[in-house]
Amino acid sequence: MAVLSEEQSMLRDAAKSWVQEKSPVTAFRKMRDSGAELGYDVAAWNEMAEMGWAGVIIPEEYGGSNFGYLSLGLVLEELGRTLTASPLLSSGLAAASALILGGSDAQKSEWLPKIAEGTAVGALAIDEGAHHAPDKVATVFKDGKITGKKTFVLEGMAAGIIIVSGKGPDGVGLYLVKGDDAGVKRTRLSLADSRGAANIEFNGAAAEPLSGGADLIDKVLDRARAGVAAEMLGSAIQAFETTLDYLKVRVQFGQVIGSFQALQHRAAKMFTDLELSRSAVEAALAAIDADSPDVPELVSLAKAKMGDTFHLVSNEMVQMHGGIGMTDAHDAGFYLKRARAAEAAFGNQAFHRDRYARIQGY
Amino acid sequence: MADFGGTDLETFRTSAREWIAANFPAALKGKPNPMAGEERGGKPSAEQEAWRKAMGDKGWGVPTWPAAYGGGGLSGGEARVIQQELNRAGAYNPIGGMGVMMFGPTLLEYGTEAQKQEHIPPIVRGEIAWCQGFSEPGAGSDLASLSTKAIDKGDHFEIDGSKIWTSGAQWADWCFCLVRTDTSKKHEGISFVLFTMHQPGVEVRPIPLIAGSSPFCETFFTSARAEKKDLVGPLNGGWTIAKRLLQHERSGLTGAGGGLGSGGKPLEQLAKEYVGVDEKGRIADSDLRTRLVNNAINWRAFQQTAVRAMMEAKGNAGPSSATSIMKNAGTQLIQERQEMTLEIMGHQGLGWEGDDFAPEELAAVRGWLFGKAFTIFGGSQEVQSNIVSKRILGLPDLTQNH
Ligand SMILES: Cc1cc2nc3c(=O)[nH]c(=O)nc-3n(C[C@H](O)[C@H](O)[C@H](O)COP(=O)(O)OP(=O)(O)OC[C@H]3O[C@@H](n4cnc5c(N)ncnc54)[C@H](O)[C@@H]3O)c2cc1C
Repeated sequence: MAVLSEEQSMLRDAAKSWVQEKSPVTAFRKMRDSGAELGYDVAAWNEMAEMGWAGVIIPEEYGGSNFGYLSLGLVLEELGRTLTASPLLSSGLAAASALILGGSDAQKSEWLPKIAEGTAVGALAIDEGAHHAPDKVATVFKDGKITGKKTFVLEGMAAGIIIVSGKGPDGVGLYLVKGDDAGVKRTRLSLADSRGAANIEFNGAAAEPLSGGADLIDKVLDRARAGVAAEMLGSAIQAFETTLDYLKVRVQFGQVIGSFQALQHRAAKMFTDLELSRSAVEAALAAIDADSPDVPELVSLAKAKMGDTFHLVSNEMVQMHGGIGMTDAHDAGFYLKRARAAEAAFGNQAFHRDRYARIQGY
Repeated sequence: MADFGGTDLETFRTSAREWIAANFPAALKGKPNPMAGEERGGKPSAEQEAWRKAMGDKGWGVPTWPAAYGGGGLSGGEARVIQQELNRAGAYNPIGGMGVMMFGPTLLEYGTEAQKQEHIPPIVRGEIAWCQGFSEPGAGSDLASLSTKAIDKGDHFEIDGSKIWTSGAQWADWCFCLVRTDTSKKHEGISFVLFTMHQPGVEVRPIPLIAGSSPFCETFFTSARAEKKDLVGPLNGGWTIAKRLLQHERSGLTGAGGGLGSGGKPLEQLAKEYVGVDEKGRIADSDLRTRLVNNAINWRAFQQTAVRAMMEAKGNAGPSSATSIMKNAGTQLIQERQEMTLEIMGHQGLGWEGDDFAPEELAAVRGWLFGKAFTIFGGSQEVQSNIVSKRILGLPDLTQNH
């Protein structure tokens, strides 16, 4: 665990106790069973916003606390433990990053306070096909209007403000579109992980450019990726701990199954991978806070490593639980489904291994 | 697959082809096998019923079973010809389920003449669905610790206890069940009994799976009744029979035919469509491509092994202990393929329902989730590895005393 400041420790402890009290996995199950339109519990989200979590990276002058990405990562990790669904990542991290890094004073003043207090939800619309491919942009910005199709927009249904990548007169960049614009048509996706996402068509929707071009897209994406990785870390750790608990109580052949070395060594391997993953995720978040030049490689490293670890742990969770792990009544399936969605979000392991190699020049 | 037949088989092939052409309803051509789904339910169509009846009367659903009990009475070579001709005609084998895959072969080996006469023909005709009452909440991998008990009541056994993960119990007519008839011994206190599910002492509760369907159940027995004539093998001699049945289950899951199948488009083709190709026609994602090749090579080696095992086992009718290797090898490869299918489909491989996803995409997700059971049921991956270590490699068994 990274060395935390006093504020960070307090933030983490607050998140931990809120998640345990107010948002255990049963809350996620309830949300799933209710078929919640937005893919999250709005009341729970309002509580999170009241505690200031939506403004952790937002400067104080715009209503945030300016604690930085490592701090926000701590909150996301705790939320990830119980699979708490919320727009924190897409709004308080991704959309907020786009505005902080590329917004004009007017744009920041208009949107950041609303994002910080949770009254506006932001979303990031980048991909246009079945795979994460931020370089493939067919969406066009012309004369203040944007036209194109975006896929798999996380929290796309809830978004009051959508940050869209498009090709303008000066090349690709990010644009700000209001969710209620008449030119925005959304289709809600029903996903295996029960989280909120939409495919969105922009038909000449009014759009304002952010400044920063392609470089801004990369920066915003890297922040979003590090955020997903932090959430995945929490989920994977919880999936592991739940499994470890089971190894200690399930008896077969007159002994707890955790006494079998075949399972012990795999548990030890998962623990090892989780430790490596934590280092990678924290290093990426810290690099973002330090605005260090190696953010891209550290982020790809973290997303690739974390993806492999969560993939492994989520599979082992089902396998080591046997029949009970296959039932919908058990939590294992939730972690498994969430793992694949999180792996795919903003580039899967193959994408980030390739990107890491390219950055390193091989 | 290589066909080591010769002219006799070619004559047989011609007649099989003609019979299928005359009997397979054109309306079912290329349609999925209703037996292949995880869930029963819905009334079969008139065509489906006609095809089941035709194959059932002919005995070709179980071509190698003895003709005396309604089976096809054919050789392994002839059975393969039938499968090839069914495939060729876009037809499927409508006779399946646990009766065919595991119970029938076991009863043919261990049942009395009267038991075989009573229970085999309805399986051959696809009239009776069986379920497997083995696992209990406390007895999964350690199956022999089961505690559902059967008390001798003179002309019948009275059964009390519960089973779990009983696949298809809600649609089953009969159950083959392991019960405890002696509490002083572990393996030697187990008996193998049969009884109808349509009786007041049997209650089933379907359990929803992570894949959304509910193909298995909790099954409760309260003074349920099994007739004495339906005890298979000797009293307290059920464990040997159960082990044999599990061998059939495992070989059925991953035998030469690849019981768990993979179906659908070849993965490489799918990858080209979803991920695209580079200027030389290679799958654009080189990382994915390497993993696809690895799986393809292992898959071929797996199939080569299945063929080799079949050749080596010629004349030796039953499944060999090599099936333990096959189950782990096969299920692991299938799970890898299911994972890669999702990866290839990308965002489209994350859908749960709705029109924004193609039916194949939704099926891939559900199939991937259900596929996690392949390394759990029929003897988990770990239990299989223990069997290989102990029986084939001769390594010591630390669980032996329990
Ligand atoms: C979809 C599905 C359908 C099924 N259908 C049927 C059915 O029709 N009838 C029926 O009777 N049963 C059925 N089963 C049950 C299945 O056979 C059991 O789930 C299986 O035997 C494992 O038992 P368990 O679930 O109790 O897991 P456990 O035995 O509790 O195992 C938990 C974990 O511990 C591991 N483990 C256990 N012992 C050892 C050891 N000695 N060394 C190393 N690792 C070990 C296991 O491999 C597993 O990973 C079905 C299961 C599923 C998932």
